[in-house]
Amino acid sequence: MEQMIKLTIDNKEVEVAKGTTMLTAAKQIGVEIPTLCHMHLEDMNIEHNPGGCRICVVEVDGRRNLAPSCNSKCEAGMNIKTHSMRVLNARKTVMELMLSDHPFDCLVCAKSGNCDLQTIAQNLGVREIHYAGAKSTYKVDTSPAIIRDMDKCIMCRRCETMCNDVQTVGALSAINRGFESVVAPAFEMDLEKSTCTYCGQCVAVCPTGALTEKDHTNQLIRDLANPNKTVVVQTAPAVRAALGEEFGMEVGTLVTGKMVTALRNLGFDSVFDTDFAADLTIMEEGTELLQRLGAHLKGDKDVKLPILTSCCPGWVNFFEHHFPEMKDIPSTARSPQQMFGPIAKNYLAKEMGVKREDMIVVSIMPCLAKKYECQRDEFKVDGDPDVNYSISTRELANLIKQANMDFVTLPEEDFDNPMGESTGAGVIFGTTGGVIEAATRTAYEVYTGKTLEKVDFNALRGMEGIRSAKVDFDGLELNIGIAHGLGNARKLLEEVRDGKSNYHAIEIMACPGGCIGGGGQPLHHGDTSVLAKRAAALYREDAGKAIRKSHENPYIIKLYEEFLGKPCGELSHKLLHTHYFDKKNEIEIE
Amino acid sequence: MAKIKLAKDKIEKLIDICKSFNNEGSELINVLHQAQHNFGYLPAEVQEVVARELDVSVAHVYGVVTFYSFFTMVPMGEFPISVCMGTACYVRGAEKVLEELKKHLKVPIGETTEDGKFSISCLRCVGACGLAPVVTIGERTYGRVAAGDVADILKEYQN
Ligand code: SF4
Ligand code: SF4
Ligand code: SF4
Ligand code: FES
Repeated sequence: MEQMIKLTIDNKEVEVAKGTTMLTAAKQIGVEIPTLCHMHLEDMNIEHNPGGCRICVVEVDGRRNLAPSCNSKCEAGMNIKTHSMRVLNARKTVMELMLSDHPFDCLVCAKSGNCDLQTIAQNLGVREIHYAGAKSTYKVDTSPAIIRDMDKCIMCRRCETMCNDVQTVGALSAINRGFESVVAPAFEMDLEKSTCTYCGQCVAVCPTGALTEKDHTNQLIRDLANPNKTVVVQTAPAVRAALGEEFGMEVGTLVTGKMVTALRNLGFDSVFDTDFAADLTIMEEGTELLQRLGAHLKGDKDVKLPILTSCCPGWVNFFEHHFPEMKDIPSTARSPQQMFGPIAKNYLAKEMGVKREDMIVVSIMPCLAKKYECQRDEFKVDGDPDVNYSISTRELANLIKQANMDFVTLPEEDFDNPMGESTGAGVIFGTTGGVIEAATRTAYEVYTGKTLEKVDFNALRGMEGIRSAKVDFDGLELNIGIAHGLGNARKLLEEVRDGKSNYHAIEIMACPGGCIGGGGQPLHHGDTSVLAKRAAALYREDAGKAIRKSHENPYIIKLYEEFLGKPCGELSHKLLHTHYFDKKNEIEIE
Repeated sequence: MAKIKLAKDKIEKLIDICKSFNNEGSELINVLHQAQHNFGYLPAEVQEVVARELDVSVAHVYGVVTFYSFFTMVPMGEFPISVCMGTACYVRGAEKVLEELKKHLKVPIGETTEDGKFSISCLRCVGACGLAPVVTIGERTYGRVAAGDVADILKEYQN
């Protein structure tokens, strides 16, 4: 049994397990000590506590020095004060020193209002900086998805933990020492040249404005105001499960209808759903799975199994950089975002009587990697991208605020047709396990020719980093693997590479939790319990849908009849599939 | 696919060095020491190979190289100059000597003059405090150096 100890915090007695930090013990009695460098992602079992910033100091009776509560352990009989005069003065000094090397950009900073540094400075009542010192000046690094403004970095190194430990990408490291130190890619190259996958997990945990997304809202406002452009929008599944948080709504509230109304109010000509394209992805990816599986069962030795999902561009970037030797294993199906684009510009545009060059396709995504994905060359026609640009959930929230809408009281409207109609299968794409569940629903019926009685595959759901399940396809047992977070993906991938696994299909999502935990979502400030709540919201929307299998979506059926022909057919291959690149640095002998 | 170019014998040497430390990521600092000892400096290509061999990220290797002042990414000059910044040297004006050197050679600490002749670095105490401030150039040691001596000392190497 765990040994329990008793101590006093702010005159209240508290009992905790031995080894508990002072910070956690304080939380137990409702005392929130401010923290900056500390980050505890409980569901991922990751605690980052370098003890570097010292904003969390507390006073311990009988000790000469103040203790950083985030990485100091409680001891029996301790008497801790979390807001004595000495503590508050020390915190203020720490904050003033940090601010003395921080640009005074708050009024125009993208993070303003959502910045931990700003919030804590305000809470501490810092009104004046008593220290003048040299300020760092770094060049701002702008990539297609992420902007690094290291003048605003406070060296908490949370981004490093995300990139190196959670994602195992290793794009970032602390470099130099002392005043010169900063977090940067190797050789201080631009992020774009590094092995970064644009998963955005570093952005999601950065407490300041040092890491932010590349903002496309001004471009959007310009296009919406241009009478010669037809601007259509697609919204990813995960957005509706999180957008409400930006307006103070309870975590896990579904705001699908309000979001549609808001987008219409903003002036989009049509409001469509990426879920429609997700259904299309299932048609293509599911067909590819069955083709490969069929060939395998017939004894074809060359066929590659398992098939890996390819709908997450962060994951695509990851294997292109880290596992290029396996680039023929993932499905060639494009992500839903990139399926929506060509259908909109080649099919819908004709239906609407709009010229391709006059149509602007915008996507609202929980994701930063999609910002990069939509401007990859293979997704352009004569330089015109299928999807013009991608806006994050956070950016959409800001735009709604700019447009003076009271989001919470907005009425609820429906998506436009035809590309707004989707099934429950498309909705659950937004959470880990959802893509493979959606694919299973369709593949099962196509393969067995039978109707699936129970569409809920609970074995595929959950938040564990790596999961596996067996699904019975009428006598044929399919082994399915699921990984979310790139560190987990790496583990599964290494098993596949080393021939240690017997999966038929694997779903991989770059972000912990899947897209609901994407780098463009409302910031969870380290509280990963929001992920399960967002996932539950998506499963609720799925359960409430009349149609829950992608191949039963009437508009998808019509699209194949009128335009595409058959899944994985010639036109599909041209418009809906892609190929991958080897992006690994090769060491060449000179 | 970006290419990193490095001569064959250098790659082989690096692979050997890494092997002698069992390709352990935790031996990174020792590996880098050996590599610098062999090549004189640690250019990006060398760091890429080390990262690959030890299975650590290049960013991490670069982080370590930039953290420790004894690692350098630029080739040292024909005559590497080191100024001792130990306490004794410091209080006796080593900083002024350093400033004077930088002024004459027009390069910052850690870099090499364009003609490849001189490079400047700082050292922690070299243990010759009696001679403070101490400057070493190549194998030679100069004691009790004053800022005013710098020009004359450098002249010895001018041709
Ligand atoms: S976006 Fe992802 S891969 Fe890129 S630096 Fe951030 S955490 Fe690393
Ligand atoms: S970039 Fe942000 S997360 Fe990374 S160390 Fe700096 S402040 Fe922390
Ligand atoms: S998991 Fe979703 S949000 Fe994250 S990178 Fe992949 S597609 Fe984007
Ligand atoms: S939060 Fe405790 S030291 Fe930074």
